[in-house]
Order: sequence, then structure tokens, then C-alpha cells
Amino acid sequence: MILAIASGKGGTGKTTLSVNLAKVWGGAVQLLDCDVEEPNCHLFLKGQPITTEPVNVPIPVVNERLCRACGLCSAFCQYHAIVCLKTAPMIFPELCHGCGGCIRVCPQRALCEEQRRVGEIQTIQEDNIRLIQGCLDVGVAMAPPVIRAVKAKMERDIPAILDAPPGTSCPVVTTLKDSDFAVLVTEPTPFGLHDLTLAVDMILELGVAFGVVINRVGIGDERVQTYCQSKNIPILLEIPDDRRIAEAYSRGILMVDAFPEYRGRLEELKETIRTLQEVRGVAHANL
Amino acid sequence: MKVAFSTSGETLEAPLDSRFGRAAKFFIYDMNTDTFEVVDNQKNLNAAQGAGIQSAETIIRHGVECVVTGHCGPKAFHVLSAAGVQVYTSAESTVAAALEAFRAGTLSPADNADVEGHWG
Repeated sequence: MILAIASGKGGTGKTTLSVNLAKVWGGAVQLLDCDVEEPNCHLFLKGQPITTEPVNVPIPVVNERLCRACGLCSAFCQYHAIVCLKTAPMIFPELCHGCGGCIRVCPQRALCEEQRRVGEIQTIQEDNIRLIQGCLDVGVAMAPPVIRAVKAKMERDIPAILDAPPGTSCPVVTTLKDSDFAVLVTEPTPFGLHDLTLAVDMILELGVAFGVVINRVGIGDERVQTYCQSKNIPILLEIPDDRRIAEAYSRGILMVDAFPEYRGRLEELKETIRTLQEVRGVAHANL
Repeated sequence: MKVAFSTSGETLEAPLDSRFGRAAKFFIYDMNTDTFEVVDNQKNLNAAQGAGIQSAETIIRHGVECVVTGHCGPKAFHVLSAAGVQVYTSAESTVAAALEAFRAGTLSPADNADVEGHWG
């Protein structure tokens, strides 16, 4: 089972939920930190990195002696990573998505691939939890290649919890793709609701089954609940605005370790997700 | 010689757009014939990335030799200078005023990008 934790709005508690769920999951579980611009799941785990490997993206390099400046490479590139002005092409590696199309369309075979490092992946083991985290290099703007590399390290037959980046753009879509179930974490504020509606629109487009967890209940109003009811979106859990959770968190202590009552609620959440995902699986099989 | 001005309008009285890559239009003035044409740049206005590069390609395709704009980012500047296009920055409020300043020779050519990418 691949479970993605996403949000829309940042700072709603994706990492909190991901790490706490991993803690109560029981048995071997993989925790994938896909928020590669600032991975922070590791702050709550004590294991040391067991492997570190670079993530590269292939970028084109031109052999100016072979290039006849026909401009086909530049015309092919949808990201404007190659510009050809009647001279050898100018290449902008930071815009290149590494599709290799320019190399294929070049009639002169004047382009070849070079690897450009964009980040790294670390694997950390703490007891039954295997954390795989991506970290984008400073100055690099494109997160999806690192996220794909993190997901490529995932073992299919071990449950995986994916901590997604905030927002609804490419990095989030890359994380959510091929997930069996997703949890959208939000807060009961107008801002939380606004971004939740964006995240719901995105996830409906992706066709991933999902439910909502409302965090810090008590700081706002009832509009998130009303919205979910009107859209038939299951509210899987409501976490109260409990100062003790924040205090434990600030010391790197998880709520499931600090407070037995929350351990019970997270275990229930896990069972709810499993049931919903199985029901969905049966529905799929009957299609 | 053709000079391009970044703008949001279609006349000499239109404002000079302070952004190059994400300007809505380019007002291209031909100094030899005292005529102008307006080129639409709308698709780059909303581009996620590469707006400066593509705008520079548009400028070059139209045979422009000088660009007058508010600010120019690094990638656009790189492409423009590779094609021999001179970039001038100006704080004038309208295309007409910027054209006047260009004619009078009070604008000096930029020898570097003056802002970071995605500044605007």
C-alpha cells in the first residue's frame, strides 16, 4: 500500500502525521520524505544514514564542430532550455527536464548527454521504519527528478507513507501519482479551506482515493467540515489544537510517544485508511 | 535600425513595462522609417519558466538591434547579447519618453543583467 500525505496549504501537519503514522504502523514500513526542498522527517528519527547517493538529470552538450545551427533542437524543446540563433545552440541546464528529445532530433548527431547533479537521496533505518529522503541541491529549482528518484527506491511489497511537499504543482503531482490512497491534511481556517479546495480539485484529476484530516481543531470555524460533508469527502481524523502536542514537537518528541490517547487515535486512523483503501480496491476489481 | 520597447499597450503613450521577459507586448520602432509595429508577448507573460529566453528569441526574430526596458534578467540578457542585441534600461514612464531618451543618447547600454531571474 502506498499512502501519500499531502495538504495544499503548508504547515498544516503533513510531516507530523506522516511520522506519527509510520510509528504506529507496526511491522516494516517505509517513510518517503518527498518534500525534497526541505526534508524534515529525519528530525524525528534517530537512525544514522546507511546510504547516500547522488541524483542526476541528463542534459545536452553540443559538439560545435558538428552543429550546423539548423535550430531543430531549439524548436523541439518546450522548456526553452536550448536557444539556437544561427550559431551553435546555447543550453540552459536549469530549464532542461532531461527528456533527451533534442538529442534525437539532431540530424548531425551534434548533441550528447552529460549528467548534471540536482540532489541526493539518503536512506536511514530506525527499528522498523526505513526513511528514504530526497534533498534538492541548493540553487536547483526542479524537484520532480529527485522525488522520482526517492520513489524509485521504494520496495513495492512493504507499506510506504509518502510525505508530500505543500501546494498543488508538479512536485506534489509527482509524489501523489500511483498512490493507493491519499490523506489531505488541513486546518480549520479560511486559508486552510481555500487551499484544501485546490488540493481536492487536483486529486480528483489524478483519480487517487482520499480523505481529510483536520489538524488544530478549535483555532477556526466549521467551514472545512461543512465543505467536506457537502462534497462527500470522509473526515478521517480531527486533531485538537492541543498545546502539549506543539511542546512535545518542539523537542522532537512525537505525539504518539508522548500521549497514549493520541497513539490510540493514530492507530484508528491507520485502520480507517486500510479499510477505505481495501473497499476502493474491491470497487476497482469489480469495474 | 529597429528598437524594441517593453510595454503593456499599443501606442507611444502606453507605459514602458519595467519587466522584459514578462512584458505583455513589444513596441518595435524603426528609426530609419519612423514607423512601428506591436508584437504580442502574452504567452510569455504567464510562462512558468523561460519567459526571458523566449522573449529574447522573439526580439531577435524581428530583427531588433536595441532593447529598451525597465530591467533585464540574466538568461534574457545572455541570449540578447549572444545575438548582438544591445540592452538599455530606462525608468521613463511611457514608450514615447523612453524613445525620446534613446534618441537623445541619454540611455547607456547595460553590460550585465540588472536583476535576478523571476524578479518581477
